[in-house]
Amino acid sequence: MTKATDLPSHGADVTADHENHHDEHEHHIPKGVMRWILTTNHKDIGTLYLWFSFIMFLTGGAMAMVIRAELFQPGLQIVEPDFFNQMTTVHGLIMVFGAVMPAFVGLANWLVPMMIGAPDMALPRMNNWSFWILPFAFTILLASLFTEGGGPNFGWTFYAPLSTTYSNDSTALFVFSVHIMGISSIMGAINVIVTIFNMRAPGMTWMKMPLFVWTWLITAFLLIAVMPVLAGAVTMVLTDKFFGTSFFDAAGGGDPVMFQHIFWFFGHPEVYIMILPAFGIISHIVPTFARKPLFGYASMVYATASIALLSFVVWAHHMFTTGMPVYMEMFFMFATMLISVPTGVKVFNWVATMWRGSMTFEVPMLFALAFIVLFTIGGLSGLMLAITPVDFQYHDTYFVVAHFHYVLVTGAIFSIMAAVYYWLPKWTGKMFNVGLAKAHFWCSLISVNVLFFPMHFVGLAGMPRRIPDYSLQFADYNQWISIGGFAFGLSQLIFLVVVIQACRKQGEPVSDRVWEGANGLEWEIPSPAPYHTFETPPVVK
Amino acid sequence: MVIRLVVIVIGMFGFGFALVPLYDVFCDITGINGKTNASAAVYTAPEVDESRQITVEFLTRTHTGMPWEFRANTKRIKVHPGELTTVDFYVRNPMRKNFVAQAIPSVSPGEAALFLNKTECFCFNQQPLDGGGEATMPMSFYVDPQIPDDISYFTVQYTLFDVTARADELPNADNPYLNRAGRSD
Repeated sequence: MTKATDLPSHGADVTADHENHHDEHEHHIPKGVMRWILTTNHKDIGTLYLWFSFIMFLTGGAMAMVIRAELFQPGLQIVEPDFFNQMTTVHGLIMVFGAVMPAFVGLANWLVPMMIGAPDMALPRMNNWSFWILPFAFTILLASLFTEGGGPNFGWTFYAPLSTTYSNDSTALFVFSVHIMGISSIMGAINVIVTIFNMRAPGMTWMKMPLFVWTWLITAFLLIAVMPVLAGAVTMVLTDKFFGTSFFDAAGGGDPVMFQHIFWFFGHPEVYIMILPAFGIISHIVPTFARKPLFGYASMVYATASIALLSFVVWAHHMFTTGMPVYMEMFFMFATMLISVPTGVKVFNWVATMWRGSMTFEVPMLFALAFIVLFTIGGLSGLMLAITPVDFQYHDTYFVVAHFHYVLVTGAIFSIMAAVYYWLPKWTGKMFNVGLAKAHFWCSLISVNVLFFPMHFVGLAGMPRRIPDYSLQFADYNQWISIGGFAFGLSQLIFLVVVIQACRKQGEPVSDRVWEGANGLEWEIPSPAPYHTFETPPVVK
Repeated sequence: MVIRLVVIVIGMFGFGFALVPLYDVFCDITGINGKTNASAAVYTAPEVDESRQITVEFLTRTHTGMPWEFRANTKRIKVHPGELTTVDFYVRNPMRKNFVAQAIPSVSPGEAALFLNKTECFCFNQQPLDGGGEATMPMSFYVDPQIPDDISYFTVQYTLFDVTARADELPNADNPYLNRAGRSD
């Protein structure tokens, strides 16, 4: 015991004997559920976020199963159209705000302090708050499904007047739950920014920061820039609906198209919020298993920053069919296409990193490779959608659904799974069940393509999204899509088993470095990562 | 650091609301949402451009749940830029209930809205109409001679909204356009 203190010590004279600190601090952890409610430890909060997001992923996934069951055959079989609309709406809200975003925040909590050599997040109590308000937000949202008249049914984009004139009273619950989600995200983002600015270890200069830290820093700035705009949009919907304002009501001098402008001013940066941390994760995994340093580190940083900046000037490509003048459509078309340049730089860098590397294909690498290929497919269908004249055909069809599920499921979600498999042994100290994990990968990879690839075809053929019924000619493809959907849903139960086994510390012990080619401060500390790390800042050379 | 970030958050929340007036100003300047001037323009008697003719088409519709009859007496008119023209619209309230209506114009293509100047329009004010009443409502306008050559045809659509529930004044019979016996003007 070098220094007896129950506060995280920033003292410079402590030798970095993590095992001792581990034992010492073990005594101060409250037992049982209060440990998790009161915790201010970044690792505990990261775990909470990740479990919460997994539960939400399965909840939102169950709703997707309802949608796919209804769409298995043409005609109305299982649910009422109104309930179908509630399912598409709440599925979208839960997956975006409940699954993807909290998963990335959880990873940031676990990894950012460990990667920059900080003992914890800068604002640990706020960290506790930002997690613990989330379950309330989603309880409110899910409870709204059981109110009279049902939950929100206007799509996760809640376009006015669907969400104002034509919605039911549970809209208020929807608005408040989005407010709480927004507050949680903003607090999380502030925490990440302050941590990265103030708590880097000596020698950790900006251009030595690991890319996950860089991408999260930029994501956090996007979050604090646009989540308040979302809060403003839902507030306007609330006052339009309940307090007689007419922000979006033409009769009172408002403009429903303005809703779409405000929403997508938030919404487009939001899609980058959900993918930039994924870029960071892939930039860690590919070099590890190619056993080469990342190709083009600086260009990765600049590409991330330019994607973030460009994301603010492309929002109206979601609204090409609202009747914009041609020069505006041209502007948004070219600005959107411009984003493919920095994104292309990233894909090029990952491929160049693998080029002539000594590659091995462990589970995280499998997911990372699937990410690179499938995210690129999603990016290319995005380019097609960016072309204004053809977007008039693709708008609101299943082609759009295929596009954003390729970038969000095989993009964001695959990267999260890759990250979990990559860092899980560091967190638990045990190697997960590799056989089951590979089964999870292959089942997911095949089923996800059966699920989403045919959506391109039915979309191009004109099948509209968010409709519980469809013409007969789409029946065959929809059966394939539904079968793929059920298989993908079931595959995630394998993931659940793997993660539960790992959390129960089953499996072979791993070394500190875990993976042969892994580099970075988080691999210098023991496995499993002790409760408190880097109480003495490491020196980065 | 935290305070600065919180200031950014509050600022962006405000910016979300600031987008509302910004949107209006931007659209006013560029005319891209097809909105026309909301209060009377003054006819400055510009030189009439006899060399060009512009076709203006008038469409009318009532918003969902609005039971009035509403039609343009002039469906289509050819005007020279700079020429002051008046067209009439007819409304009838077939219900027994008194209503207050608000007409919202929309011009397509949107750029034309910048060059459409209305000196008098029923859309500037809310229009009350007693049950069973009818009215002929005039609209006077001129097309700015600055209008680009490539616009030779544009459409003005009026949508009539029922605003009885939130009317500025109670429904009454002081509608200046009211037809007690034919046209009121």
